[in-house]
Amino acid sequence: MSAIDALFERTRVEDRAALVGYLPAGFPSKELSIRAIETMVEAGVDLVEVGLPYSDPVMDGPTIQAAADIALAGGTRVGDVLDVVKASAATGAPTVVMTYWNPVERYGVERFAADLAAAGGAGLITPDMIPDEAEEWLEASGEHGLSRIFLVAPSSTDERLAMTAEAASGFIYATAVMGVTGQRDQTSALAEPLVSRLRKVTDKPVGVGLGVSNGAQAREVAAFSDAVIVGSALVRCLLDHAGPDDALSALRDLVVDLRAGMER
Amino acid sequence: MTVSPPAQPDARGHFGRFGGRFMPEALIAPLDEITEAWEDAKADPTFTAELARMLREYANVPSPLYEAHRFSETVGARILLKREDLNHTGAHKIRNVIGQALLAKRLGKPRAIAETGAGQHGVASATACAYLDLDCTVYMGEVDTERQALNVARMRMLGAEVVPVTTGSRTLKDAINEALRDWVSTVDTTHYLFGTAAGPHPFPAMVRDLTRGIGDEARAQSLELLGRLPDVAVACVGGGSNAIGLFTGFVADEEVRLVGIEAGGDGIETGRHAATITGGDIGVLHGARSYLLQDEDGQTLESHSISAGLDYPGVGPEHAHLAATGRAEYRPATDAEAMAAFELLCRTEGIIPAIESAHALAGAIVLAEELGSDATILVNLSGRGDKDVHTAAQYFGLIEEPVVLDEGTEE
Ligand SMILES: Cc1ncc(COP(=O)(O)O)c(C=O)c1O
Repeated sequence: MSAIDALFERTRVEDRAALVGYLPAGFPSKELSIRAIETMVEAGVDLVEVGLPYSDPVMDGPTIQAAADIALAGGTRVGDVLDVVKASAATGAPTVVMTYWNPVERYGVERFAADLAAAGGAGLITPDMIPDEAEEWLEASGEHGLSRIFLVAPSSTDERLAMTAEAASGFIYATAVMGVTGQRDQTSALAEPLVSRLRKVTDKPVGVGLGVSNGAQAREVAAFSDAVIVGSALVRCLLDHAGPDDALSALRDLVVDLRAGMER
Repeated sequence: MTVSPPAQPDARGHFGRFGGRFMPEALIAPLDEITEAWEDAKADPTFTAELARMLREYANVPSPLYEAHRFSETVGARILLKREDLNHTGAHKIRNVIGQALLAKRLGKPRAIAETGAGQHGVASATACAYLDLDCTVYMGEVDTERQALNVARMRMLGAEVVPVTTGSRTLKDAINEALRDWVSTVDTTHYLFGTAAGPHPFPAMVRDLTRGIGDEARAQSLELLGRLPDVAVACVGGGSNAIGLFTGFVADEEVRLVGIEAGGDGIETGRHAATITGGDIGVLHGARSYLLQDEDGQTLESHSISAGLDYPGVGPEHAHLAATGRAEYRPATDAEAMAAFELLCRTEGIIPAIESAHALAGAIVLAEELGSDATILVNLSGRGDKDVHTAAQYFGLIEEPVVLDEGTEE
């Protein structure tokens, strides 16, 4: 059983949704990104998404773009991302990498899978890679025991939901809105119908992301999903506070609020 | 007119190993919708007749094929120019935008968005949207809105909203990113009027279908004028729309060499260029696998060219495929070579070419040297150079102060 499968087994027994937290590697610096991840795991994040900063993040809104720019300007390389994965995995939380496809293709799909597995990574989230194009990745992920977390969207047809769910492992990432990453005032009305359409075609765990930023929203989403995925709101904690201590304590407070909201 | 069948990508949009759809899942259904709608439209005589009428009456298509006698004499081979510079808005781009704007109407979408480098595709899009009564938003890198104030004004005059993009390198590739971000949020009401034969399927094939009139017309016109086909067909390659439009007409004629000219900038060896196929590697950018300029980690590199319309670090996947199969060749022309060809066409023919098109002319000059006076070389003159007057005047030292009114309008 993979680390991610084990996590969802546990949260099922505990009768709660898992909390998934995203932070880009190398933001605001390599060292601080590791401390931030350790902080959020201590405060209650169950699964870590380490972002691989990319020059052309078409699915990301201004907050995550800004973080990626800072990470790239700081000289973050793919090797640094793998170091951050290693540190994250050392906390005991299953750790996946969220990455646009070209850096993986450039590194070499097989080589990336091998090095990610060696660093203790559990899988990849691929926002611009659909199963239709994933032949090489399906093979490499199988070989190295990595989960392949594909995205589905409110616009996905039932046929594509079934196809994507079939190809996915670990969990399925349901994007709650038609749009890019970023905080939103209200949870999306599109998320719940999407999750129920998914439930008809799969019993794999479903995580819901895009726009969740506080405990109240997390509660709503946790009511119909297996995992609540939070990204921009966590990044904001680090963007908005200049001093590392303030930033990390804001991060801790947010995670505590999210987890409290998710208690059933 | 007999036309050769275009190379069709596979059902998922692959030309050989290139192309495909590397896009957020949210955009797959809309891309499927466009794919189907385009297939239906192409097979619908009402649609094709309407498009043909608009191109004829409004866009001034078909463009003439013109024998450039004095230019030929100077370069030492017979040079034919496909005069896309005479189209409405001054370039081949109008063919693509009218087709896609008409498709947007057919899809019932009241709004179109477009990206633009220095404004040429943006102006064409704003034009087509005014003509067909669509709301139009154009994304343009902030660096470019500052350099290209006149084209910003043109787009606004035509009723388009121009949004300066302040993310990333604040140039064309970032304008595409921002347009994609808009599109994923507004796709119910909005068509993405993509400006070149790149991007995710079906854009490379659809834009090719819309620009292939260039090559189909030129083929028939060559037969009429010469009684035979040219030896070589040459076009500049940015994203690849004018070149694929030209090449498609001749791809089945194996005796016709196809040569794409990329922007060599300061020279390939300097690293400051936009010659994606010549100087780049295979990877994924903006939804397709193709060649691109990237660093060791797969981060996109900035391109450099005196021609804003060629200044893009990617290229359409069908060109990657034509290069890989050897059916077409791709070569660079530097800024200096392009500007020399620009000047030569001005002086010998009284035609000011777009700096993009001047790259194709520079390629033709080299081919003329290689092939000698028996050769007939067809060059796609993809656009006119009015927009480039300021850049060229500065380059040749013809003005001392920047002419504020005509501030850089190149693309
Ligand atoms: C006149 C002209 N030619 C060529 C290009 C390059 O584009 P493509 O390679 O898509 O033809 C442009 C782009 O703006 C242009 O304005």
